[in-house]
Amino acid sequence: MLKIIAAVIGRDLKLALRRQADIVSALFFFIIVVSLFPLGVGPEPDLLRKLAPGVLWVAALLATMLSLPRLFADDHRDGTLEQLALAPHPLGLAVTGKVFAHWLVSGLPLALLAPVLGLQFDLPTDALLVLTGSLLLGTPALSGIGAIGAALTLGLRGGGILLSLLVLPLYIPVLIFGAGAVDATVAGLGGEGHLSLLAALTFAALGFAPWASAAALKIALE
Amino acid sequence: MLAAEQLACVRGERRLFANVGFRLDGGELLYLQGRNGAGKTSLLRMLIGLLPPEAGQILWRGQDIHEQIDEYRAELCYLGHHNAIKEELTPLENLLLSARLADETLSEDDALDALEQVGLAGREDLACKYLSQGQKRRVALARLVKERRALWVLDEPFVALDVAAVAWLAGIISGHLQRGGLAVMTTHQPVDIPAGTVRELRLG
Repeated sequence: MLKIIAAVIGRDLKLALRRQADIVSALFFFIIVVSLFPLGVGPEPDLLRKLAPGVLWVAALLATMLSLPRLFADDHRDGTLEQLALAPHPLGLAVTGKVFAHWLVSGLPLALLAPVLGLQFDLPTDALLVLTGSLLLGTPALSGIGAIGAALTLGLRGGGILLSLLVLPLYIPVLIFGAGAVDATVAGLGGEGHLSLLAALTFAALGFAPWASAAALKIALE
Repeated sequence: MLAAEQLACVRGERRLFANVGFRLDGGELLYLQGRNGAGKTSLLRMLIGLLPPEAGQILWRGQDIHEQIDEYRAELCYLGHHNAIKEELTPLENLLLSARLADETLSEDDALDALEQVGLAGREDLACKYLSQGQKRRVALARLVKERRALWVLDEPFVALDVAAVAWLAGIISGHLQRGGLAVMTTHQPVDIPAGTVRELRLG
């Protein structure tokens, strides 16, 4: 079981490294959006500190969504998705591997970049730590939920728009608790409660999403 | 070993075929024939369990394939219209990876040997995007060289191949039939398979 998940992760990472443009463009999008805000709203530390959690989280969420349409589309086009579905193990395992690989190339770099970008918003050190922690905890849920949307819209024309419409409402709880954790830390309340809820969301999403995506993929393959 | 009973297929609003059935035992090859759009590929997709039949059932060793799908797929090898290879990876990587993902063991020496047989010696380490259409097809077909699963389902395997490669592939399929394997395939060009019993099924 772990062998197949590891094989899919290894494959997707290798492919991502040979086609770095995808990873880099999502990261640049994140950096640009986050960096434009302090320039746009002006250098008021209090205002920036208040804006920071929301801006960083919304930018991370949109950057994750950028790479979603291609999550299954490439495999679908060249027939490898069909072969994955025909392997003698449940398709959900392969999708688990793909979700994890997607997180490694999208969510993880975003979380690691966030504290550097957070400096532009004059966030205190503890808030930067909570920001990184909340992104580390929350972005796997974004990849998982996104996989369901990507699987449901696979092969549709104009699927990108539909994908956003499907996925965004499900992203809202993650956004609220993720940004809320940083907000609470800035306000001196402590973000543990938010982080626990975020972790719960992620575990629920990771347990459920691969199997829901696999069911949607099977319909797409019919 | 493989039997189909009373299969029917509806795509969109159109009924493609109904009451299709056949039996296939070890060492036998089934040629699926029919004009374009007769439902050959749909029938193959039913046989591999991706498309649920509108009516009827498919039996493998006497049991419905959907009741034993993982066991059935461990004995199934499918080669579709798409080559199922990754353009960014080399032929060798593709071959090793497809074996790993299908839960098979394939050593690097065996993979290199298979690539040599399909005439890709010296190109093992070149990314597949630099290969021609026929060469990509050969990478996909290289899987069959070491494939020992009992049932091969091949959709238009001879497309994009030159004369020598067609003869080579016919030999590979013969070898599979001689070992007691089963094969189902569609093709528009009649190819002589030297070994095994050949059955034909015409759709439409």
